[in-house]
Amino acid sequence: MNPKKPQSFKRYLPIVIIIAVFAVAIIAFLIMMRSFSDDARKARLDQPLTSSAARPDSRPRTPQPGAQPPHERGDASAAATIEEFGDFQCPPCGSFHPELKKIEADYGSRLRVVFRHLPLPQIHKNAVAAAQAAEAAGRQGRFWQMHDMLYENQSAWEKATDASSMFTSYARSLNLDMQRFAGDLNSTDVNNRIRADMMRADSLGVTGTPTLFLNGREMTLPSSNAIQYLRGQIDAALAEKKQ
Amino acid sequence: MSTIDRATDAGAVKNRETAPERVESKGSLTAFVIAAALSLVGLADALYLTVQHVAGRSVRCTVITGCDEVLASPYAVLPGGVPLAALGALAYFAVFSLATLAAFGYGWARAPLAVLVALMLATTLGLLYLQAFILEKFCEFCLLSAAVTLSLAVVLIAKRRLRGDDGGAHG
Repeated sequence: MNPKKPQSFKRYLPIVIIIAVFAVAIIAFLIMMRSFSDDARKARLDQPLTSSAARPDSRPRTPQPGAQPPHERGDASAAATIEEFGDFQCPPCGSFHPELKKIEADYGSRLRVVFRHLPLPQIHKNAVAAAQAAEAAGRQGRFWQMHDMLYENQSAWEKATDASSMFTSYARSLNLDMQRFAGDLNSTDVNNRIRADMMRADSLGVTGTPTLFLNGREMTLPSSNAIQYLRGQIDAALAEKKQ
Repeated sequence: MSTIDRATDAGAVKNRETAPERVESKGSLTAFVIAAALSLVGLADALYLTVQHVAGRSVRCTVITGCDEVLASPYAVLPGGVPLAALGALAYFAVFSLATLAAFGYGWARAPLAVLVALMLATTLGLLYLQAFILEKFCEFCLLSAAVTLSLAVVLIAKRRLRGDDGGAHG
């Protein structure tokens, strides 16, 4: 009976190997899922916005207010508010931009849109400069115009080595006071606003962009038919407010 | 044929249902071991892409830039919202299982392995076309998967070509 033992062992060995690989794959999947959000958060916070900006040491437990007053578009008394955490260099943010504009046009005064900065400088080298350009334009009352220009021309500047000069040309086309714009770009006020938005993102557990909150509730958009879903959620929020 | 030989044959017939049907030739064994190893690389890659997809839009912009557009495209999702990468992971796991079984002499695993790799090759070529001509963006992790599938196909085709020699040596 002795020779039978190794034979049956050999017979079952592949099954054992397959089960072991399956188990390892499942465990690896779960570990990766867990570490992903943590890594994204750390990567963002480890990157100083500028040398002068204060860095948050740990994630605050209470939601932070973000930059005040926030950049908002639409009626302040609108029944539905979308708060978007965006990175001007993030391609999905760029492709979401025209969709959101269509939604804004369709809902009119019933919808308010708030934009929050969440630049991801570790993978988007021009993201912080873009956020600074938008904020600097904002100091002259042209935040949304610059916001739209940055998203609409994302493909032109995302890989550019001299993105700043492109942002300057956008500012010029918006008829900004160029001397003031240049002075504001890296100013403490501008950086503090961006930092405040990033801290708000962190306090809300936002790990990436674009992340949307509808009336304070984070939305998990499905991978397919995301825009249709978003419209459905806005309709539901409006109906809820009416009651 | 000696008595011992006959006894061995009888035992082989008796165990046919469950036991490995043949001892693989060295060439075939090497091919199946390489295929199993390659499929593990593919499995790890597909799992990574699945995690990115399942973790949702949040990691699209936080992990790797090259894959943003590709993974955010509608082609990355199967009907029902299942990420294509998950199907890839399943396929690589199936390839690993079949190649391992084949390496241990389970002959029935060879045909489904060949069919599966052929299907994966066709899918890979389709996805490469999408990346090159429709999306005009390449995702490096998707390209790694394509390289693994192409290698799998090459290994199995090479094995098939060599099989004539193997058969001669053992027949």
